[in-house]
Amino acid sequence: MLHLILFLVFGAICVAGAVNLLVQRHPISSALSLVVVMASLAVEYLLLGAEFVAAVQVIVYAGAVMVLFVFVIMLLNAGEEELTKGSSVAMVIGVPGVLAGGLLVAWVLIRRSGQSAVALGALPGYPKTIGWLLFHEFLLPFELTSVLVLIAILGAVFLAAKPDTPPSPEGRKG
Amino acid sequence: MVPVSYYLILSGILFSCGVIGFLIKRNIITIFMSIELMLNGVNLSFVAFAAQWGHLSGQIFVFFVMVVAAAETAVGLAIIIAVFRTRETLNVDQVNLLKL
Repeated sequence: MLHLILFLVFGAICVAGAVNLLVQRHPISSALSLVVVMASLAVEYLLLGAEFVAAVQVIVYAGAVMVLFVFVIMLLNAGEEELTKGSSVAMVIGVPGVLAGGLLVAWVLIRRSGQSAVALGALPGYPKTIGWLLFHEFLLPFELTSVLVLIAILGAVFLAAKPDTPPSPEGRKG
Repeated sequence: MVPVSYYLILSGILFSCGVIGFLIKRNIITIFMSIELMLNGVNLSFVAFAAQWGHLSGQIFVFFVMVVAAAETAVGLAIIIAVFRTRETLNVDQVNLLKL
């Protein structure tokens, strides 16, 4: 019962944050509601027992990634988003289409997997077990992601660097 | 006990919100945040399925998705900075030519 209440409360916060991301016009407001979504998703992970994933969600997503987003928004001085006229056909067909598709998916999910339920902390993903799996069964993907991150760092530095600024002869000064 | 389908429906709602934001938003940074929202929705379904089948591979895969998302964010925001530097705008409607 407690499990269900916690799931519903944090699920509602999660959906409210996601809808607020869509409604807000200013990018900073959208970024902050995305932080709300990620933090409440971390609680959902904890309810499922994925402790390591919950910690990484808070540290990497709600921490590092969102700081990067907020930093870029402030760096570029992004203001209110100006709206462009969408097609009315898209609204007339799209909104009922999304509703119908969503209801269909929800109905199928409830009908087909209604029997299986997960208990509180069903599958404890402790850092120790996750780390053991990462360095035994998933060693090759793990090393490949480290190469990927290295390439991403180099690419980000190359792309964000100021183009064609000749190096000053007297070197850098403050 | 919470049915797995509830988690899947929540993940579907988050993914749909991400898709809607990707389609209706006009600010390139907000579009990028919608992509992150979609990735988060998928991660939730991975963890829910991992709990359902009692196998930790789902949580490992979430870890890899997070690594790739972090790398993608770094490169994507660098591209946004480069676009802003050349075009002075964040509106995707005004970024419609590959050439300046």
